Amino acid sequence: MSPHVRPSSLALWRARLFSTPLDSAISLLVLAGLIWAFAPLVRWALINATWAGETRADCAPGGACWVFIKARFGQFMYGFYPAAERWRPNLFLGLALAGIVPLFWLEGRSRLRLGLVVLLTLPVLGVWLLGGGLGLRPVETRDWGGLMLTLFIAVYAGLIAVPLGILLALGRQSRLPLVRTLSVVFIEFWRGVPIIAVIFLASMLLPLIMPAGVGVDRLARAVIGLGLVIAAYMAEAVRGGLQALPKGQTEAAAALGLGYWQTTGLITLPQALRISLPAMTNEFIALIKNTTLVLVVSILDLLGIAQGSLADPAWVGMNMEAYLFSGTIYWLICFALSRWSRSLEAGGPRSH
Amino acid sequence: MLRRLYYDARVRDLFWQIAISVGLVALTIFFVRNASQNMVNAGIASGFDFLWRSSGIDVPFVLTSYTASDNIWALFWAGVANTLLVSFLAMVLATIMGFLIGLARLSSHWLLSTAAGAYVEFVRNIPLLFFVLFWYFGVIAALPQPRDSLGFFSAIFLNNRGLTVPSPMDGSVFRWALLAILLAGVVQWLVVRWAAARKASTGQDAPVLAAGIVLCLVVPVLALVIAARATGWDMPQPGRFNLRGGFVIIPEFVALLAALVTYTAGFVAEIVRGGIAAVVRGQREAAASLGLRPGQILRFVVVPQALRVMIPPMTSQYLNVLKNSSFGAAIAYPDVVSLFMGSALNNTGQAIEIIAMTLAVYLFFGLIVSALMNWYNARIALVTR
Repeated sequence: MSPHVRPSSLALWRARLFSTPLDSAISLLVLAGLIWAFAPLVRWALINATWAGETRADCAPGGACWVFIKARFGQFMYGFYPAAERWRPNLFLGLALAGIVPLFWLEGRSRLRLGLVVLLTLPVLGVWLLGGGLGLRPVETRDWGGLMLTLFIAVYAGLIAVPLGILLALGRQSRLPLVRTLSVVFIEFWRGVPIIAVIFLASMLLPLIMPAGVGVDRLARAVIGLGLVIAAYMAEAVRGGLQALPKGQTEAAAALGLGYWQTTGLITLPQALRISLPAMTNEFIALIKNTTLVLVVSILDLLGIAQGSLADPAWVGMNMEAYLFSGTIYWLICFALSRWSRSLEAGGPRSH
Repeated sequence: MLRRLYYDARVRDLFWQIAISVGLVALTIFFVRNASQNMVNAGIASGFDFLWRSSGIDVPFVLTSYTASDNIWALFWAGVANTLLVSFLAMVLATIMGFLIGLARLSSHWLLSTAAGAYVEFVRNIPLLFFVLFWYFGVIAALPQPRDSLGFFSAIFLNNRGLTVPSPMDGSVFRWALLAILLAGVVQWLVVRWAAARKASTGQDAPVLAAGIVLCLVVPVLALVIAARATGWDMPQPGRFNLRGGFVIIPEFVALLAALVTYTAGFVAEIVRGGIAAVVRGQREAAASLGLRPGQILRFVVVPQALRVMIPPMTSQYLNVLKNSSFGAAIAYPDVVSLFMGSALNNTGQAIEIIAMTLAVYLFFGLIVSALMNWYNARIALVTR
């Protein structure tokens, strides 16, 4: 089709769907399938749904009861975090956004400086704001939950996984045979076992291998377990970037007299990370999806809260509403991230 | 002297490696001492003796001869068998479904490719656990009660207690049928080798296709039909409240399999699409200009090259299926994680031994899957001089 001629949209649709008899047959078949699958869903979720009200009794049968989501919205977002203290996660989210968003606009040194400040202060601040202590009312991690907990686990496991993954990727390419072997064994071991088993493992073994009397918080165990596994996957993502660099880069650095850490920190790693950022984002998406597995050690993240709410006698039979709502949130987060990762990929690495 | 040692790369390498080993050994000793101290405090004896204790755990779905009076070792294998069953079936079905979706995505038909693309974007951005719970608590729980089962050909019945299928009274006949099918497969393989050798030496064609149809299609169907006739069938009978007879496939299995297949198919579809898109257009055009028919182009030019691109990512998808079958633990599908790492660990408290054995299962079968796929990959790899 020549770019100068813009056919009317009707003609375009006809060309797309009904250009040959076979095309028409396929179109009708697919359309019939879509209508068969989605018409009841739309009728249930939108047309026959109840949006206003307070209790289950307000809901019309045969449609979705979104009143349930409204009534439990606080739990879906914060779990059992005390309502009076919910300003703390909100404040933390605000601070995090205020710290991170400018990073997309700043350039060069000021970006690096702000990035370091954010990286060093925010994680500590987050644990303090959410957990309390030092003047704030303490909130046990068992009361944390919902979307807040999902994001918390993903971010803190990511904070373990990214630096450890980078070290492992470097270790896998190290000159020292011992370091290389250890890195390979670590990476292949964690990549070979199911994450659900690792979360079990972390929740059983971490308290066992600590000195008697030293407890490890239940949530911390899950975060550490997830962090270790994802580190192995991150390492493979970073390795892709390291291997994509031409050898001339390290040779030139050596010719300038740079040592290993200087070469790595100033030459190879910045370029490798830029190349592997899309792959690392994909691993982060996988991490968000895998945070749901903390359910097996009774930590109630967003999916856990949805699952737990099914047992509420005041709201019997809200399975579909709970799943549809939580599923949509997961989908939106992961879809947005995957789009971002794809745009990074399309933008391509800067040439070296 | 010291200065020279300090700047000697070999000495420095050695120093760092010794330092790391010492650190690791110290850390390991620290952990092991803590663990043994904690276990003494908790009164847990270490060792694998617990495997011979009677388990007393009822398993609703067993492929082995396990019963609750058997020991924990037998329980372990019952779990492993269930893990392998669901993984294998999920790999096969997800491959088929993924291929279909991937091909639909490449279709020139706008609606078909858009619908396939939407499916891929939908499944890839949702946690697998979500699908598992959704199929189990959302779909299967919404199926009718046993008394109102959905019947298919009055032989297969679907309800919220699972899928009831006819079960053969005498399984040994099927073993003979399976043997016959395997034998036919071996004969066909020999025929193919003989035909290839003959073609190479004399240039004459042999009726390989006809032999293949007889040996790989007619013989198996015949064997199965005869076996099915020879054994009596225990057909499910709809009773007043429940079904009688037949073999019940538990809802946990159905839900886990459905979740694994629908989720993994989205990833397989992307691999198929990428693999076929990686075959450059010129290859197809060159094949067409040589006079190959579309079917031949697909068989001799596109598929062999696409497979080469697809095998490594498919391997990691198969490994993912194996590992992801453990998601069944969330709905109590009796796989090795939920039976052994869950029930047996709760009963015995032997955390370290049980966790190590469970992880070893996944590492071992993961290695087998990788080895098989690598062997296949080596077979189809580009032969260069």
